[in-house]
Amino acid sequence: MKKTYQKAWFLVLPVLLLVAFNALIPMMTVVNYSVQETFGNNLFFWEGLGWFEKLLNSDRFHAALGRQFMFTGLILVIEVPLGIAIALAMPRQGIWVPFFLVTMALPMLIPWNVVGAMWNIFTLPDIGLLGYFMNHTLGIDYNMTQDPFAAWATIITMDVWHWTSLVVLLSYAGLVSIPDAYYQAAKIDGASKWAVFRYIQLPKMKQVLTIAILLRFMDSFNIYTEIFVLTGGGPGNSTTLLSIDLVKIALGQFDLGPAAAMSLIYFAITLLISWLFYTLMTKDDVK
Amino acid sequence: MARITLSQLRHSYLPNPKGPDDYVLKDIDLDWHDGGAYALLGPSGCGKSTLLNIISGLLAPSEGRILFDGKDVTDLPPEQRNIAQVFQFPVIYDTMTVYNNLAFPLRNRGVDEAVVKDRVTKIAEMLDVTEMLRKPAAGLSPDNKQKISMGRGLVRDDVNVVMFDEPLTVIDPHLKWTLRSKLKELHQKVRATMIYVTHDQTEALTFADQVVVMEDGQIVQIGTPVELFERPTHTFVGHFIGSPGMNILPCNVQNGQALFEGHTVVLEGPIEAGTVDQGAGLTQIGIRPEFITFGATGVPATVRKVADIGRHSVVDTVVGETLIKVIVEGAAPVQGAATHLRFDPSKTRLYRDGWIATQALEAAE
Amino acid sequence: MTQPKMRLSILIPILYTLFLMLPIYWLVAMSFKTTGEILSGFSLFPQTWTFDNYRVIFTDPTWYWGYINSIIYVSLNTVISITVALPAAYAFSRYSFLGDKHLFFWLLTNRMAPAAVFALPFFQLYSAVELFDTHLAVALAHCLFNIPLAVWILEGFMGGVPKELDETAAVDGYSFPRFFMTIFLPSIKAGVGVAAFFCFMFSWVELLLAKTLTAVAAKPIAATMTKTASSAGYELGLLAAAGTLTIIPGAIVIYFVRNYIAKGFALGRV
Repeated sequence: MKKTYQKAWFLVLPVLLLVAFNALIPMMTVVNYSVQETFGNNLFFWEGLGWFEKLLNSDRFHAALGRQFMFTGLILVIEVPLGIAIALAMPRQGIWVPFFLVTMALPMLIPWNVVGAMWNIFTLPDIGLLGYFMNHTLGIDYNMTQDPFAAWATIITMDVWHWTSLVVLLSYAGLVSIPDAYYQAAKIDGASKWAVFRYIQLPKMKQVLTIAILLRFMDSFNIYTEIFVLTGGGPGNSTTLLSIDLVKIALGQFDLGPAAAMSLIYFAITLLISWLFYTLMTKDDVK
Repeated sequence: MARITLSQLRHSYLPNPKGPDDYVLKDIDLDWHDGGAYALLGPSGCGKSTLLNIISGLLAPSEGRILFDGKDVTDLPPEQRNIAQVFQFPVIYDTMTVYNNLAFPLRNRGVDEAVVKDRVTKIAEMLDVTEMLRKPAAGLSPDNKQKISMGRGLVRDDVNVVMFDEPLTVIDPHLKWTLRSKLKELHQKVRATMIYVTHDQTEALTFADQVVVMEDGQIVQIGTPVELFERPTHTFVGHFIGSPGMNILPCNVQNGQALFEGHTVVLEGPIEAGTVDQGAGLTQIGIRPEFITFGATGVPATVRKVADIGRHSVVDTVVGETLIKVIVEGAAPVQGAATHLRFDPSKTRLYRDGWIATQALEAAE
Repeated sequence: MTQPKMRLSILIPILYTLFLMLPIYWLVAMSFKTTGEILSGFSLFPQTWTFDNYRVIFTDPTWYWGYINSIIYVSLNTVISITVALPAAYAFSRYSFLGDKHLFFWLLTNRMAPAAVFALPFFQLYSAVELFDTHLAVALAHCLFNIPLAVWILEGFMGGVPKELDETAAVDGYSFPRFFMTIFLPSIKAGVGVAAFFCFMFSWVELLLAKTLTAVAAKPIAATMTKTASSAGYELGLLAAAGTLTIIPGAIVIYFVRNYIAKGFALGRV
């Protein structure tokens, strides 16, 4: 049991002040905007919940939200199983291990706009490695600035390239923490490979997988820079995900009220789904 | 249940072992009878766990064969050897109930669900875990977890041998006793061949009918607990078993007589001829503290320290430079007193290069 | 015993790392090509090697100051985040106090806030406190998501240190600050390393806030790059060289934490 000690608040105070400064004041600003209308010159008019109503009924928002769910859903469905599979195939020890780990961590440390730029260069139809290969070697017509399907395939592949390693590294950390005796016991008990995965590896990976899925959900749901640099939300609006749409409204059109209302709804959805994931994944934990 | 034969086993973890130092197991030959309770005893790093893993099939030996009931199983994987193993740290399947844990090895082999139920119920009763069958296994205490992992081994009726790899390491001291007697009781009930690996002499001596003492990749003695105590065939066994261990005294051999600090010591029997020539090799006298008494005559000694440990006292004495421990029941001499030590001749032996070099009288006759 | 199986399955991580290397290779290869070669068509390797792109970056202050700015605010952020997160993580891991659970959860929710939501309000906030276009502004703004993360990671590692250590030190007459600095901190130094790594990582890769909060004086390299891409059109070689250079700090940092990577990514919770 932890000691009850109210003065521990003083230890938390610096964190509290810094985060509150960064979170509460901007959040209040957002709330303030979300209920007002402005025509410039710092003149604001009370708008009530009008922006929320309009937004929730707007096709544009529905479309962006739908694209966002499709993107995040695809990301989770591809990256989580793929990451687990790669972690399972990794050797537990040997000279290869540090090489794999370092290489896999590398994409995550590249600035997000560079990731976008890199994939842009990589996929250019005539002089990009992938673009050239697709168009001239395989003979597939591939141009993501014109074809929405190609654009989607490219942003998904880019995100798989960028973030699958997070799932791999977390799963791998869970796997190497399993003592050898478990595998030996399973062998003696005549367990199949599937049974070993289902009853030993998966339970031991559960905690880190929860972290992986939560992080992947949050970051893919909030993705902005990479896709903005790579496709700019196009062709058309085909890859305009929530964040991209939000920035378009807020900074592009300077529609502060709708942008603020959208921010709040966006944040609320992220919180709600994260909480749902967390509750579902930890509900049958034995304490 | 099966008879287990190990024939000329050698093992090295190096790909190209050169000298004997590269081997963790050096030429092991053993024959274990069906239904016996055996212990592998030795200090950490003596190769006992390696030997265990070779028997279970988790490790392939560099050289030699393993036979179960005369059938060569050296190349069989663990799941085809029909063995059970209990590990140092309890291995249980966290997400399953106790019942499913016990049923797991049977279900993996496609055993009929009615039979599974029957076997699991029976084993649970034997282990006193019936009331926790429906509970999730993750929440159990370490001793109950260890019982479950034991149960997973015993639940199969085709098990050739059950092996225990220091199974009491993580168990609370006051529960060690209970679990140890439970083990002994189980062995009597199921009559499976059991091999118990430990570095704890008490565990080995209380569990096993026959103990195999290992050191540095070699078997130094195989015998019943009494044999190991009464007549160690190697100074290591004398030293390792017993508390305190056997006194090992430097000595010279002249004309078939052992001389310790200038005193002739009477041995249990005649000294065997050395392999090279008489007197070759390092010679030592071995005598347990239990078999030395104080008297008016014998080897003169000085009492340095007396430790009363309850039922008896351990007395440290010195003869010249050599420390000799003596166990006395009842009154012990006072510190600093000059006294004489008398060695029980039938329990006093000569060792050459560590190995026993006297013939017991009954054997000599 | 599992040797032959392992040989075959090792192909999966090998193929995966190859896939990871391809776009990076292409970026690096591009950075050594002349503009003429890039525009004239596809070539797998640079035909004529040129260092011109790198020369531009290292001689033009708007370019190399971009790097310096980024490194300044990233370092500043890492130091601030770890410094304030350490006592907080200690409080969460050792004591229970009024509202601790709610506070911890609230901190974590800030990790979930889309940066896009905060871009505009941040601009106004930091303009109002006259920190706009300073390194400190970006460093403080990045605290929003890095402090919660650092607290979370450090709390995980501290949970692995037995409480008896604290009590023993108290019995031995250590004052709390001395205990914290000389005994406790060394025992979680892997955790501090991992937390610092993550703070560095997320501050280094973030662009939206960094771009919003700076104009000239503290402009990050990432923002310099987007300007080039849009204004000068197709200076691909220069862009590739600048991109290549942004990979290097990350690679150096990974090299330092290479032995903690697996455990580090589990955030001390395995």
